[in-house]
Order: sequence, then structure tokens, then C-alpha cells
Amino acid sequence: MEAFTTHTGRAVPLRRSNVDTDQIIPAHWLKKVTRDGFEDGLFEAWRRDPEFVLNDPRREGATVLVAGPDFGTGSSREHAVWALQNYGFAAVISSRFADIFRGNSLKNGLLTVVLPQAAVDALWQAVEADPATEITVDLVAREVRCGSFREAFELDDNARWRLLEGLDDISLTLRQEDDIAAYEAGRPSFKPRTLTA
Amino acid sequence: MGRTLAEKVWDDHVVRRAEGEPDLLYIDLHLLHEVTSPQAFDGLRKNGRTVRRTDLTIATEDHNTPTLDIDKPIADPVSRTQLETLRRNCADFGVRLHPLGDDEQGVVHVVGPQLGLTQPGMTVVCGDSHTSTHGAFGALAFGIGTSQVEHVLATQTLPMAPFRTMAVTVTGELPDGVTAKDLILAIIARIGTGGGQGYVIEYRGEAIEKLSMEARMTICNMSIEAGARAGMIAPDETTFAYLDGRDHAPQGTEREAAVEYWRTLRTDDDAVFDHEVVIDATELAPFVTWGTNPGQGAPLSASVPDPGSYEDPSERYAAEKALEYMGLTAGQPLREIAVDTVFVGSCTNGRIEDLRAAAAVIQGRTVADGVRMLVVPGSVRVSLQAVAEGLDKVFTAAGAEWRHAGCSMCLGMNPDQLAPGERSASTSNRNFEGRQGKGGRTHLVSPQVAAATAVTGHLASPADLATTDAAQPVGV
Ligand code: SF4
Repeated sequence: MEAFTTHTGRAVPLRRSNVDTDQIIPAHWLKKVTRDGFEDGLFEAWRRDPEFVLNDPRREGATVLVAGPDFGTGSSREHAVWALQNYGFAAVISSRFADIFRGNSLKNGLLTVVLPQAAVDALWQAVEADPATEITVDLVAREVRCGSFREAFELDDNARWRLLEGLDDISLTLRQEDDIAAYEAGRPSFKPRTLTA
Repeated sequence: MGRTLAEKVWDDHVVRRAEGEPDLLYIDLHLLHEVTSPQAFDGLRKNGRTVRRTDLTIATEDHNTPTLDIDKPIADPVSRTQLETLRRNCADFGVRLHPLGDDEQGVVHVVGPQLGLTQPGMTVVCGDSHTSTHGAFGALAFGIGTSQVEHVLATQTLPMAPFRTMAVTVTGELPDGVTAKDLILAIIARIGTGGGQGYVIEYRGEAIEKLSMEARMTICNMSIEAGARAGMIAPDETTFAYLDGRDHAPQGTEREAAVEYWRTLRTDDDAVFDHEVVIDATELAPFVTWGTNPGQGAPLSASVPDPGSYEDPSERYAAEKALEYMGLTAGQPLREIAVDTVFVGSCTNGRIEDLRAAAAVIQGRTVADGVRMLVVPGSVRVSLQAVAEGLDKVFTAAGAEWRHAGCSMCLGMNPDQLAPGERSASTSNRNFEGRQGKGGRTHLVSPQVAAATAVTGHLASPADLATTDAAQPVGV
């Protein structure tokens, strides 16, 4: 997982609430065998509408998604996070995220930033007024900046540390190699093995 | 204070415990199938990691596999790719795989127990929610997501926040003709599809102790349908006897040591559960679902409920939507619901006892005109055993189709699907909209009810057949 310290990019204002994971990535994409290639499935149904914000050429290359409240509800599919990342998003800003989606994001290095709705409104206005507007998400300082706009956000120390260091759960657990090996040494010999030596 | 069974198994697997962090748990057995593993193996490749314990890992093909013409190439290219990917991944990483055509192939939750790999006091995970099945042995078994599959492959551990504990105590004995499936459907109807959220459920009491291992698996399998992370049953002599002689069960002095440990896996008398539910087994009867979630069920003798009878507005709304989707009207007797298809199989009811039970009902009878009955053994071993006992002949003589092992119509990821508007009586575990095929309508039932339903063409129990048979001259 890549370390996340600070990120600056143009934004997509998604003025919708309760965006569930079925809308983020529809179920028929789940037969795929890769973690990539989901970008075309992202918001697939909505993208059929030429007016949908993602279809606006001025939003091309944007990397920050500014969404309405309750983003990522519904099924636990991790494919929703992969689709956002595959498309190019590095951070999602919303006033409220579904728990499982947030957990999955953290596992994949997609930063989810919780800001008060008033701040989300301010960002929407700024990036709608000028699509070239850039938003900076600064994890070191734990704040979001956009022109003269500046708003602090919270993220627990453990999660922040893992993102800053680019540590996925696996790298972290691998640091406990000694503990794992010690546990293994004490496992009873009657426990089954799938391979016969 | 004493500990519950679930807490004992948990405590025995803590690799590392630190303030402000989730416990790091060791995983004894990791089961894989083709749908949820490809991205996990990819992650390993990308980071140059290996599978830490190939000797605690096993894979089988089940969700996408066809149940006909298994010697021919798989027609659906997407399904074929998922299977080929699993084969390549297992070969590359040294994981034992039972592919289509192998004698040990089958639904992942049927394969683990029949090999003797699922044992009391283990932690068992799989990228599949019905991993709860393995809890029947007194194992702590739960489904995980794809990142967690990768985590277990790489480290054989998982960071986990603790569960809460719930006891479901089933007092008394199940009446004749009432099965484990009826019991678990009744339990889910009672506690609701979200009632188990955040809990590990321990099933206990006289009725549970009397159940066979296979019946216990049926119970634990559907724990997830009550929203629970896992279901467990304390191991006892029934468990030990089931394991004896299986490929991977301990033998000799190893067995003695194992059994000594397994006997400690009981909830202490002074342990306290976070929540308790008591069910009186003697009041139960054959149970079927009428709606689109597994909690929407009723005794077969009842009628389709009136949505207006629900006080809770969201339940009322759910019932209205369900009746609409299912094409049913309030007050319609459940026994009068006619079906097009009967499916016997899945990790809930695709084991040998289930096939024997269904065969016993259908023996000497015939599947009703216009009804299609599919019998899909949960694994190749189950299939071979059934053939050895002549059960396949019983089914085919009655007009049923005898198929190859796999998940099949449980979720219709292979060609076995309901057509839009078609109605099934199914021994599987989920009656969600479209689960068995787009627009398909599913009634969850026991194997006995499935077989009786196939004979009459509408939802029925074996007891209903006895009266019909008696009323008809022999030979008609
Ligand atoms: S039989 Fe059904 S529930 Fe069981 S693993 Fe297969 S698809 Fe899932």
C-alpha cells in the first residue's frame, strides 16, 4: 500500500446522499478476477446519463471526490473501493461514511475524510464555480485546504499512522513475525494439516 | 467468572493482545474457492509475498461449476476464467486444490468437514459467509472479505475485534417429522435477520444435543441468515464419533490428546452470555418461508401473513414488497402454493443424510407433472456414497434429475437457474430476490418438505403424502 501524506488534485462534486456500494460498483462486476479494471464499472448506471458530473470533460483527471452524506452504504464488497481507486480517486470527502466502506478504504489506502456538511457545501461551491480549483488533503496536518478555505478533520492516531507509513494490515502483522512464530511453535500437534509431508 | 465456548476458542488463538488494538488471532484452517480469492492472490504477487501455511490451506471449485457435462469445457467464459485463475493460483502458490472432476471436489463447507479437517476448538475462515457451518464442531468459523483472505494467506492470522455472545437454548425434543432445517428457520423467524448482528451464537439444549453432526451443520450454516458472525455447538461424543476414521482426524495418542482438549470446550456453568433466547422444540412443526428474506417464514400449516398485521412499519413494508415479488396474497394457505422447481442441495442440505431423507420420501412415488426436481449432492463424496446406496436410482425413477456436485441453484452462478417468475421449493439458505435466477421466487424448505412438494406439486410435508396415498387406491 502506498503511503498517504498529502494529496492535491482537482475534485468531482457529487451532490448525492446515500450512495450505496451497488451504485458505486454493480454486482455483475463481481465475477472479475482482478483488483483493477473496475474503473468502467464505477457509477456505471449513472454514467449512462451524459449530464452526470463524471462525464463532464472538465472533471477529467480529478482525484478528490466530494460526496453527500452516508457514502458507501450497503453490501460489504471491497470492489467499491477498488473501483474508486482504479478510476483515479485518492481521497473521498463526505460528512458521513458507512462503517464497512470506511474500513475497506483504510485497508486499501483510500483516504476517507469526514468534514461537517457546511464545509462540504463550501467545497462543492468552490469546485463548481471553477473546475480547475484544487483541493489539498493534508494527512500530516489533518486538514483540508482549498484556496482560503481551511478545515481540520479527525482520524484516529492508529489509522493515521498506518496511512502515513503506507502500512497495510498485512505489513503491520508481518512485524509481529516473532509472536506468530512463537504461537506456531506452541500449537498442538493434533491440529490437522491439509498437506501430508 | 467462567467463559463461554466461543470465548475459550478465541482465547486459545490470541497471538498478540495489546491495549487499543484488535487481538491478533491465529487461523487453523483457511478454505478457498474461486470467487473471493483471485484478488487476494494478486495482492500476494504484487507484494512478493508467499502463502505462509499452505499446510493449513485448501481450495475447491464450487460456485461456478456446472452440474451437467462436467467433462466438457465450461461454456460461460467468465466462469471459466474464475476457475482457471484459481487453478493457476493454487499451482503457483502450492495450495492443495480439488478441481472439478476430482473425487474430493464439492461445496467448500461440505468438503472441510467430510475430510475431517474441521475439528473442535479450531479457528476456520473462508471468503464466504456460510463458513459458519463449521461451528457445528465447536470451531470458531466465520466468513471474511477479500483483503482478509489475503491477510490470512500471507500471515495465517487476522486482527479481530471481539464478538458478543448469544445463547440459543432449544429445550425438549423435536417432534417426529421436524428437522434441523425447520428448527433453524423457526429460530431465524423468531430473532430476525438482524437479531444476531455482532454475535456468535451458541446453540445448546436437549434438542441440539440429540442432533446428528450433519443436522448440526444445517443449524450453524444458517447462523449468518440471522445476521450472526458465527454459530457454534459444543463438541460431544457425537462430534468425536463423526470425526473418527476421517482422512485428517487425529489417531492413536494424538486422538487421545485431542479428545482431552476437546472435552474442555464447553461453556462454563457460571459463564454469562450477552444475550439469551429460549426455544421450545416440542412446539415446532415443518417450517417454510413465504417471503424474500430467511426470517419471513411460518409453519407449513399457516397461511401467507397479512402485511397489515405487522406493527413495525419497516417490517410491514418489507412484507408488502415480499408478497408482491413472490406473487402471493395474504391469507393464501402455504400448502396451496404451487411450485415449478424443487432443488435439493447446497451447503445447508446437500449432505448424505439430507439425500437419504429426501429419497425416503420420494421412493416409490413420482415427481408431479410440470415440476422439475434437481438433486445436487454437496460434494463428489456425497454423490458416490448416494450412488453406492442406490439413492440416485430412487430419484431418477421418480423423475428427478441427478446432477454433479456443486453450489448449483443455491445461487445460480452456473447454468442452474430459475427463469423469471418461476417458483422453487429449495433446501438452500437464501430466498433473496433473484438469488436463484433473475425474477425467480424461492421458498426455503427442508429436504423432506422438498421431496413431498415435488410429489404433490405444491408445498407439502411427508405427512400430507401419507394421507393422500391412503386416500388413493394402490397403483394409481
Ligand atoms: S452452496 Fe450456496 S451458500 Fe453454500 S457456499 Fe455454495 S453458494 Fe454459498
